[in-house]
Amino acid sequence: MAQLEFRVAIRDALAEELERDPSVVFFGEDIAAAGGVFKATPDLYERFGPKRVFDTPISELALAGAAFGAAVTGLRPVFEVMFGDFMGLAMDSLVNQAAKFWYISGEQASVPLVVRSAVGGGGRFGAIHSQIHGTWFQSVPGLKIVCPSSPAEAKGLLKAAIRDDNPVIFLEHKRLYSVKGAAPPDGEILPLGEARIARAGDDLTIVALGKNVTDALRAADELAADGLSAEVIDLRSLRPLDLDTVLESVARTQRLLLVEEGPRTGGWATGLLGAVTERGLHDLDDAWIIATAETPIPYSPTLEDAFMPDAAAITREVRERLGAGVA
Amino acid sequence: MVSSGTKARDGAGQATRFLDAYERMLLIRAFETAIHRLFLRGEVHGTTHLYAGQEASAVGVCLALEPDDYVAGTYRGHGHALAKGTPPAALAAEMLGRATGVCGGRAGSMNVIDLEHGLVGCFGIVGGSIAAALGAALSAKRQGRVSVAFFGDGATNQGYFHECLNMAAVAALPAIFVCENNLYGEFTPMAAVTAGADIPGRARSFGMPSLSVDGNDVWAVEEAAREAVERARSGGGPTLLETRTYRHYGHSKSDPGDYRTDGELEQWMERDPLRLTRERLLAEGIGEERLVAVEAAVEEQMSTAVDEALAAPYPDPAVERASEFR
Repeated sequence: MAQLEFRVAIRDALAEELERDPSVVFFGEDIAAAGGVFKATPDLYERFGPKRVFDTPISELALAGAAFGAAVTGLRPVFEVMFGDFMGLAMDSLVNQAAKFWYISGEQASVPLVVRSAVGGGGRFGAIHSQIHGTWFQSVPGLKIVCPSSPAEAKGLLKAAIRDDNPVIFLEHKRLYSVKGAAPPDGEILPLGEARIARAGDDLTIVALGKNVTDALRAADELAADGLSAEVIDLRSLRPLDLDTVLESVARTQRLLLVEEGPRTGGWATGLLGAVTERGLHDLDDAWIIATAETPIPYSPTLEDAFMPDAAAITREVRERLGAGVA
Repeated sequence: MVSSGTKARDGAGQATRFLDAYERMLLIRAFETAIHRLFLRGEVHGTTHLYAGQEASAVGVCLALEPDDYVAGTYRGHGHALAKGTPPAALAAEMLGRATGVCGGRAGSMNVIDLEHGLVGCFGIVGGSIAAALGAALSAKRQGRVSVAFFGDGATNQGYFHECLNMAAVAALPAIFVCENNLYGEFTPMAAVTAGADIPGRARSFGMPSLSVDGNDVWAVEEAAREAVERARSGGGPTLLETRTYRHYGHSKSDPGDYRTDGELEQWMERDPLRLTRERLLAEGIGEERLVAVEAAVEEQMSTAVDEALAAPYPDPAVERASEFR
């Protein structure tokens, strides 16, 4: 099967949508001539020209506002905020303008914009270049928040995000850019707001997002050797949140583990666990969360490695919690 | 819609055009007087920020625009909406939270949106209009249109102002940044919180053509705006226009304006833009009877609009379809 690198999947999704729809424009810091600091967007500038693909000042507040204003007047802007940590600067236009426009305008128009960012730890970038900002925005009605876990997912979800009529926050985990995986079928568009069962299992449901899906799948392989059959759900989207897929899984497995690269307090995992408890308490024998410590993300490799939830941590936690051979 | 294009006419045609502008300014004043009254009666909810005193700024700028050009206004935006063409009955109904409001009662006084008339929004965040207009200018450049941001002097201390003016200038976007300097950011004098107190000077530092005009003189505002619009439409990039003006009411409905110096309001009332416009129209040969007729017609129009708005139903939460996404 043809292989696709995650960063190439991002580039291909952008290229295909720029090619398909002349109202799509793409801008950000160093995304055009330089091809992006993570080399996810080379050649787009050369191919589509400066009217469609352009470099901007380092002005996240203006970029987000410009995307909003362009989106309500006929364009479909995609813009890059290089590191998710910089999204604090872009927040006003996204939260107070883009997210609310469809509703408060009395549904005069929607806001078809996408903001892509590199997120996540493990790259030794320190506390302010490693966060995942999805949960900062998760409580805002009107925003979609999407996070792919593989190259095929990245391509299909980014294409869907660009075609979606609503503002979409798109999270690209830095540790995935160099990952290669099976290429998706040509033209595949994945649905936004629907989780995916990445691996079927009977004894435990593990829900994860982005890079942690890979970790959960590795852990599931390990646990299978113990005789424990873990189902892995790739959440894919924080808003809308696909509660039904999780409930259906828990109804079969009766056990739920949520793995979040981010703090437990105010995280998506606590919210999802609450929602599962509210609707599916009768199905639950056990439920818990693996999250990060309530501190900023450390720099030193020893500290950061211990901080990040990975396959080994998931395997260890499950064994400690359920015991070997729980099935 | 007051807008009658960028082609200025001479003589009688020109005077008639400014008679239309006077009519629109009167409408804004009548609207704000009505909203003030309705607020005191408890019909306008929360708060509201009245535009009375600043009418020549919005009307003068919009006189230089085409109907499909874009405008972004502020939380003091009733004047921006009416100048761009939002019908007064639909705007009044929005203030009253009624189902027939221009946004179905979902937006309220500070956040009016009317895309049909090119109003991309009014913004409750100081400076938000600047970014919205920057984005609309990206579209406008393709469409042969221009994009206008209205904002106050207070917004020139926001990041939005500096980031967006820079970006508009480097990309030569067809934007006009209209700073309505009414001397106060909420309760604080502009000069006390604005280093240099020179707003056009800030724009010049971005290499942007920039000028300051008497914001109560609708002829001066229109002339400056027309020049800026022509520059923008012909690919010459953005302009900053400072309109020096004054709000007759306090910042919002909770502000009696106690911080004003003695005699300041009276001095500005002498330079009420409606008064100045009326005097000049008379001097240019528009007869008293035509002015009186226009004034009576506006009173009538506003009275009808208020009656319509008051008669309109509130949105019914039992049938309101709340959709998060399109």
